[in-house]
Amino acid sequence: MPSAPVLPLTRDASSRFLPWLIAFMVWLAAMALAAALVLSSFSEQWRNDLTGTLTVQIATAPDGQLATTEHRLNRALDILRKTPGVIAAKAVPLKKISELLAPWLGRDVVTETLGLPIPRLIDVKVQPEAIIDVAALRERLNKEVDGTQVDDHGAWLYKLIALAGAIEAIALAVLALISIVAIATVIFATRTSLTIHRDVIELLHVIGAKDAYVADQFHWHALSLGLKGGLAGVFLAATTLLGLGSLWTGVESSLLPPVSLNIWQWACVLAVALIAAGISTVTARFTVLRALGRMP
Amino acid sequence: MLLGGRDVIRFQNVGVRYGLGPEILHDVSMRLEEGSLHFLTGASGAGKSSLLRLMYLANQPSRGLVSLFGHDIATTPRRDLPGLRRQVGVVFQNFRLIDHLTAMENVALPLRVAGASESQIREHVPELLNWVGLSDQIDARPSTLSGGQKQRVAIARAIIARPKLLLADEPTGNVDDHIAMRLMHLFEELNKIGTTVVVATHNKALVTGFAYPRLHLANGELSVLKAGTPFAENDDETNAEGLR
Repeated sequence: MPSAPVLPLTRDASSRFLPWLIAFMVWLAAMALAAALVLSSFSEQWRNDLTGTLTVQIATAPDGQLATTEHRLNRALDILRKTPGVIAAKAVPLKKISELLAPWLGRDVVTETLGLPIPRLIDVKVQPEAIIDVAALRERLNKEVDGTQVDDHGAWLYKLIALAGAIEAIALAVLALISIVAIATVIFATRTSLTIHRDVIELLHVIGAKDAYVADQFHWHALSLGLKGGLAGVFLAATTLLGLGSLWTGVESSLLPPVSLNIWQWACVLAVALIAAGISTVTARFTVLRALGRMP
Repeated sequence: MLLGGRDVIRFQNVGVRYGLGPEILHDVSMRLEEGSLHFLTGASGAGKSSLLRLMYLANQPSRGLVSLFGHDIATTPRRDLPGLRRQVGVVFQNFRLIDHLTAMENVALPLRVAGASESQIREHVPELLNWVGLSDQIDARPSTLSGGQKQRVAIARAIIARPKLLLADEPTGNVDDHIAMRLMHLFEELNKIGTTVVVATHNKALVTGFAYPRLHLANGELSVLKAGTPFAENDDETNAEGLR
């Protein structure tokens, strides 16, 4: 017959409320972590976009003739293709420009309204490690083809990346705060249990129990509560994230990349349960050993 | 630090004070030889429990030297103290049995904390419970036991790990004279097999009925009296000064 645990920790009030508190904190922590991971992916993607492409805009020729504009376009393409670090420079076809403008000006507007000064666009692909001096390139292009603009998308994308970075930092700070609150909660619950069971603990001490013998009982109890709460919290977080993911897929936006966690990111979110159980176990053990260390 | 000799306990100029209160024990010096049996007497509040707590290492003295089995407690590393405590069996005045454990589990406690196997526990504990006359109460919880039965469970727990030193704090306080005498004979039997025994008691009949020396506390001072030394008239009075 298995013997009853010497310290009846499962009967303590903290054994009832602690798993719920841990579940709530794990849910919050998992959501904060998921937010940080998603924003990190966004930033990474935006940063890649920044470093890999340029857009060059060629103003329509002053005489308004299509042939002259085409000549200016080809001249700019020549210069770009000879620029070190440029992998490819390709003119955006008129048909594509027409599609881009269609929501505002109607379909086939470019071919039908040749008189409009619609600029031509060039997509430039740059080697990822190459550093292009955008100002110098703009100057060189303007010498040959006046009215040319070079856009490295940095002006607005850098702000977006900075914003994402700030939100990511806040999410990580929330994660750290939740960890601190979790530790404080476990310390409080463990100290309460130590007070409740002080007589039995003193008895065990007097009959020769090592501190580790008593700490082991708190250790396994805290691990059990931490796992229960942690798994419940992660289950809730996974459900919430999947729900948000399905809502996100309904939002079409070229600016916001598709939001989904890869397998490693899911593993990180699920690991929050284990980390919570680990934190509660280590905290409980440390608290007990510290308290017992004050006994003679 | 090993202090040598066959002294189980040695106190030198020991003083005990709780917090900023008055000193409960003053300059206590004594030694208990291996295999001896002593009564510990004194009025309520004289410091008997404080002295016993020093002996089973529940407290440290405020001053002086306490040596247990040749080890100076002040210099013994804390990690070695559980090993010394396991060689001391204690019968507490209020039994201190754990309510949610059975008699068997309570008695098995010292073996468990010492890391004994389940087979050893299953072999020795029922045997000892049978020896103290509780073979039919193995699975009983303390709340269902009488005062005398609880006392015997407490004694069984104190001696299950074959301690070298047995300390009993008012073991006869909750039992009638007949059981008190039986308990005392039990302590004598343990003493005969080499266990050093200290029995703290108010029971004069018990002390006068057995010819053993007496450690007597009065006003926090200890004197060692030979067997048969008569009690003073005021021995039963509460020592208000020593109350804590």
